[in-house]
Amino acid sequence: MTEQALLHVEDLRVEFKTRRGVASVLNGVSFQVRPRETLCVVGESGCGKSMTALALLRLIPTPPGKIASGRVLYGQEDLLQASPARMREIRGNRISMIFQEPMTSLNPVYTVGQQIAEALQLHTDLNGSQVRQRTIAMLRQVGISAPERRVDDYPHQMSGGMRQRVMIAMALACEPEVLIADEPTTALDVTVQAQIFDLLRQLQADRGTAIVMITHDMGAVAEMADRVMVMYAGRVIEEGTADQVLQQPLHPYTQGLIACLPELGRSAGGQRAVLPEIPGMVPSIWELGSNCAFHQRCAHATDQCRSQVPAMVQKTQGHGVACWLYQAVQAQALEEVPA
Amino acid sequence: MSAFPHFSERQRQSLVSVRDLKIHFPVGKRGWGQPPELVRAVDGVSFDVARGRTMAIVGESGSGKTTTALGVLRLVPVTSGRVQLGGLDMTALEGEPLRQARRHAQIVFQDPFSALNPRQRAGEVVRSPLELMRIGSKAEREDRVDELFLQVGLRPEQKQLFPHQFSGGQRQRINIARALSTKPQLVVCDEPVSALDVAIRAQTLNLLSRLQQELGLTYMFISHDMAVVEHLSDDISVMYLGQIVEQAPRRPFFTRPLHPYSVALMSAVPTVSGGRARAAQRIKLMGDPPSPISPPPGCRFAQRCPVALPECSQALPELREVEPDHWVRCHRVETRCGVAQPVLQWQAA
Repeated sequence: MTEQALLHVEDLRVEFKTRRGVASVLNGVSFQVRPRETLCVVGESGCGKSMTALALLRLIPTPPGKIASGRVLYGQEDLLQASPARMREIRGNRISMIFQEPMTSLNPVYTVGQQIAEALQLHTDLNGSQVRQRTIAMLRQVGISAPERRVDDYPHQMSGGMRQRVMIAMALACEPEVLIADEPTTALDVTVQAQIFDLLRQLQADRGTAIVMITHDMGAVAEMADRVMVMYAGRVIEEGTADQVLQQPLHPYTQGLIACLPELGRSAGGQRAVLPEIPGMVPSIWELGSNCAFHQRCAHATDQCRSQVPAMVQKTQGHGVACWLYQAVQAQALEEVPA
Repeated sequence: MSAFPHFSERQRQSLVSVRDLKIHFPVGKRGWGQPPELVRAVDGVSFDVARGRTMAIVGESGSGKTTTALGVLRLVPVTSGRVQLGGLDMTALEGEPLRQARRHAQIVFQDPFSALNPRQRAGEVVRSPLELMRIGSKAEREDRVDELFLQVGLRPEQKQLFPHQFSGGQRQRINIARALSTKPQLVVCDEPVSALDVAIRAQTLNLLSRLQQELGLTYMFISHDMAVVEHLSDDISVMYLGQIVEQAPRRPFFTRPLHPYSVALMSAVPTVSGGRARAAQRIKLMGDPPSPISPPPGCRFAQRCPVALPECSQALPELREVEPDHWVRCHRVETRCGVAQPVLQWQAA
């Protein structure tokens, strides 16, 4: 944990200009990723997790989007100040991304080999046959059988799991230091998901890649994450090691997220209970004000929650939470929070 | 029910009974004068769904679970086999009688976004089955729609809104209300929560169980999420490449799955309590399921099975009842002293 952070994000703010005014989709997101570390970003749709990933690589459509402030330090370099040419050198090379939908993120009119080779042609000095060799090697590495034949396949000739593996091969072709995976297994079967997770862990062990994985599956978090960051309505509301966040979740939202899903083996043969629910739904971006965005759905909400934004406080070493329940004043209320 | 004297007691209690259902799709790709190739999406599936209970069909994508459900509703052409819904022989019906029969069996689709017409108001969506089936007068239909909205946890004044004005969870509620409008006995739920956000899933699953209790519904629940299935269903059928490989009530299935595929499937589910330890003990399945166009001879799972023997790829195993109500299609599961012995074992972390 003492290792220098590869990626250091500070107070990232992203705004979108719309007809109704300016919507802030990210309100001061900060985090760090170290080599060989997996950071999982968790939250419901619309909480800003994919937006965070896109902002890191400056892929936010501008206009209407805009990175309003913040710093993304990659080594000593602030990516938000880098020139477009420098960004092209970094994207897909030093920092690369696996997009969410393997069905739609591949170009149907190019072979998968051509699509993997593109990154190599742009970022390396390899000649044609070397690129092809390397492409085949990448396909083999992600567990595609007969890669010599498969390299000339078009995406439609492959199953969903294979296409996702092609996406991973593409992202890893230039041996990036940071891999951003946006829900890499959401569309896949659990058996294929298990294969992909094994593959990511293997690659991380071999190359020391840092992984930022965006997901909403708490089981996947438990399996992959070293550190976890929970987001709600454009803010980080809890962060800590995987054990801290999953075993002793502090924020009522995190507690709800973990409790509300049926877990395999919990009710085997036993009586079936009603699942605990988080009532209501995520507030729209226009309903956000200077308050805790979760207060309408929270059983512990007080007047303070309705009028002030809670700051991130360190509850224990490395375990931060942004919730009024944990600010010094209300320390005694802590005991009442259900586990 | 006396029309079917050869049916057992268990079958008589059942609302749905499917016998040797086959659904093959021609893909036409072999050359002139040759018969087209067939995708054997569903290849000899039999099961019963008891009244008021939930039967889950589990499997990977491409296993034929959705096609089976669509076949039961006659929404895809059935190649052969028989589907009995209450007293109706669904496979023998055509035209108007089939259309009328569908009021007893409805479906909730997976994707709440694409299952609704964006130009239809929510109230109209829920009302249209009543109009199509010519149920009640205009005023009665309107009352029924209000009642349905309340039942699924929406407000009747939201009838005026269009689908895009609802969140994903609310849209799924509209889909559920539409499915319930004709007072069906059977509701097929095709992955009803997999497109929803985690926090909304619990709300929707609770709604489905509450409706089942209140209305005495029978569910066919299609899912690949073992945890959801364990939470919601009474009986489980596991499908692999168009066939059922294991069938059992919930308790025996989840405490002691017998087919190696079921065991592997269960071990692949990541859990919060299991974490990395569970991942390390996982039974790894290599590769993808084989093509349903020319399924391999013998056991269809043999290529990927960690405990397959050479003879497994020789002959297709029968679906056998190894313990009362526990059926499994595997050569290697043996019964000793009335207790079936799983071949592949795996300890949950």
